[in-house]
Amino acid sequence: MISVSGLTKTFGRTRALDGLDLAVQPGEVHGFLGPNGAGKSTTIRVLLGLLRADAGEVRLLGGDPWKDAVELHRRLAYVPGDVTLWPALSGGEVIDLLGRLRGGLNRTRKNDLIERFALDPRKKGRAYSKGNRQKVALVAALASDVELLLLDEPTSGLDPLMEAVFTECVAEARGQGRTILLSSHILAEVEKLCDRVSIVRDGRTVETGTLAELRHLTRTSISAELAAPPGDMDGVHNLRVDGTRVSFEVDGDRLDEALRHLLARGVLSLTSRPPTLEELFMRHYRSTPDHDGYGESREEPVR
Amino acid sequence: MNGTGALVRLVLRRDRLIIPLWVVVIAVLPITQTSAIAELYTGEQELRRFAESFGANPALQSLYGPITHWNAAAMGTWRAGFTPVILALASLLTVIRHTRVEEETGRRELLGSAVLGRHAGLTAALVVTAGANLAAGVILALSFVSQGHPVAGALALGSGYAALGLVFAAVAAVAAQLTEGAGGARGFALSALGLAFLLRMAGDSTGTAWLSWLSPIAWGQRMRPFAGEVWWPLVLSCAVTVLLTAVAYVLADRRDVAGGLLPPRLGPAGAAAGLTSAFALAWRLHRGTLAAWCVGVGLFGAVTGAATKAATDTMAGNSQLMAIMVALGGTTDMSDVFLAGLVGIFGIGVAGYAVQAALRVRAEEVAQRGEPLLATAVSRVGWAASHLVFALLGPAVTLVVLGVCVGVAYGATVGDLFGHVPRLVGATLAQLPAVWTLAALAIALFGLAPRLVGVSWAALAVFLLFGQVGAVLDLPQPLLDLSPFSHLPKLPGGEVSALPLVVLTAVAAALTAAGLYGFRRRDVG
Repeated sequence: MISVSGLTKTFGRTRALDGLDLAVQPGEVHGFLGPNGAGKSTTIRVLLGLLRADAGEVRLLGGDPWKDAVELHRRLAYVPGDVTLWPALSGGEVIDLLGRLRGGLNRTRKNDLIERFALDPRKKGRAYSKGNRQKVALVAALASDVELLLLDEPTSGLDPLMEAVFTECVAEARGQGRTILLSSHILAEVEKLCDRVSIVRDGRTVETGTLAELRHLTRTSISAELAAPPGDMDGVHNLRVDGTRVSFEVDGDRLDEALRHLLARGVLSLTSRPPTLEELFMRHYRSTPDHDGYGESREEPVR
Repeated sequence: MNGTGALVRLVLRRDRLIIPLWVVVIAVLPITQTSAIAELYTGEQELRRFAESFGANPALQSLYGPITHWNAAAMGTWRAGFTPVILALASLLTVIRHTRVEEETGRRELLGSAVLGRHAGLTAALVVTAGANLAAGVILALSFVSQGHPVAGALALGSGYAALGLVFAAVAAVAAQLTEGAGGARGFALSALGLAFLLRMAGDSTGTAWLSWLSPIAWGQRMRPFAGEVWWPLVLSCAVTVLLTAVAYVLADRRDVAGGLLPPRLGPAGAAAGLTSAFALAWRLHRGTLAAWCVGVGLFGAVTGAATKAATDTMAGNSQLMAIMVALGGTTDMSDVFLAGLVGIFGIGVAGYAVQAALRVRAEEVAQRGEPLLATAVSRVGWAASHLVFALLGPAVTLVVLGVCVGVAYGATVGDLFGHVPRLVGATLAQLPAVWTLAALAIALFGLAPRLVGVSWAALAVFLLFGQVGAVLDLPQPLLDLSPFSHLPKLPGGEVSALPLVVLTAVAAALTAAGLYGFRRRDVG
């Protein structure tokens, strides 16, 4: 569906993309994760043929997104992260217009989506809030019969109720066999929806794989109450000892060793938590000086 | 009111170019008109003749108001009679730009969360606009005093201008409280200005004084600058300004930020069957502006067309002016010379419309409304062309309307209603190659150097200047030849040669092609 390798794009002196790789398989929901400014939107805009790649291979639906833009766009729908509407056009008009320009839209599904998203299609573009503008673009995209959905932070501005509706809609779209590229900086959303994830940082893909695969790469959080103080433990992270209570994180390949150490002291209670994507995410950003904020939260006690 | 000072600085920072520009341009127009009249009509007799024949013309009376005195300053002020309306327009647009537009875009909310009184935005907009109007009034008065005209008249003129600007700043302050959209607020304020103009027009052309008195635009004229000043209408303007401002503050207290007092109008729940293409969308976006230009150009064309005979009759009695005109126009038919000059001025105006229409595509791109369309099966060239059609054909429509209106109105005064229409439509359409050249310059910049699209406005301003003052300042001919308008035939009446028209059209075509080629190859956004 999408294959990108070594994609580079510079704007003046800023290097927005620096050898980015991305592979999206047919029928999957692919999470495209990264903080603001990591290059997610730039990548999507290259995929749409709005920006020209400086270097690298980009294929979309078997075509070249720059040269075959018009043909490819009949087969995809796009929701920008920041939707701006024409002030004098009503939401319903924009939905119909975008659908028709893509080559048709499913009327029943459109009406159903308008109802589920609780959107008033008669309001003029200038009168919508950010969340409602987002809904207009979402309805227009989801009501189109297209193979590929490119969604750039589509839930920004939606309230939790509408986020739940969005989650349902994405699941339905997957059920209909469509492919979805979902860019986001909200980890819970991606964890809930995505089959596979690519994590970008500073214009480069730093991790890619299924959630299960990515979890292998990361640490399990353990907290336990022991019969005796744990003493020294090697090879664990963020160790906190409070008398006989202990909590730490441990890499996958050291898990066995750490558990043996605990068992030797006598275990009264134990909770283990699989790594969340959040933790994975934090680890990747902790190393860059620009993202000090992320690193600090790592030092919070693990409960 | 907390934070008003900071907002005043913000408004001044954002408008640091545009406000000084309109203040100075508006303030110097009356003195240039006065100096031109003083130069062309020497001696009491010529000035009197000029005043009498123009004063007797109902079309000009309705456009500029009654003539109060035959001296050059009063005549120049009268001749600049439309300038205060432009000042009122600039004032109301400035107020809405810094109140309702800010709320509509949500920037007001961002600032409102900082320490800011709820009236700070309105107050800052009014303070800056009032300051700009006072500055315009002072510059205006000083310009007349510096040329040796009576101080009292200069003061009356300057204060009359500033007072009118203030009235409409206050009108805009009220309008900004009414609707959620800036477009609606602008519509209200512009309607009020239009109504004021129509009232004064109706009152002055029919001699119904009380109708004129209903219009704030008449109040400044009734102060009779340079014609035995009357000061009390100034009290009227100030009272209305204070009253409307108070109303605006009361209304502002009764509504939410970003809300309006009137409920927003709803649109259709679905698109009409015709809204299926990029062009159909462009038609929706351009049709209002195009219609407004046709109506505006048609009205002014009709008024000036109807005034042509009276104007040329006067000129025929002025030997000096006659000599200049013949030298300029190359024809001895005064009415043709006058009409050709008129058509030339409208040509520049229509070029302004063309540039604006051409740059609409860039405005859409910057507002990120192009992106969702280009992500559908709309090609780049198709999207750009949907707007460029209006930049290239819109001016043609406007110029035909102008030719017909001038032709019919002029024809009516010389007793040949339709006889002059073909000649004048031909004359107005002859402007098209130059208009296209400017539109095409804007298109070329859009495609090749999108950050520099403003250069097309600068080019238009420079060419306007060349046309108005080029000959007076003795600028070198090669420089003046840069303006496409300098190559146009002087029509009606002048000689037509096809070559410049063909060359200009070819230049426009080449620039358009270059722009589209550039846009196909560059990044969008």
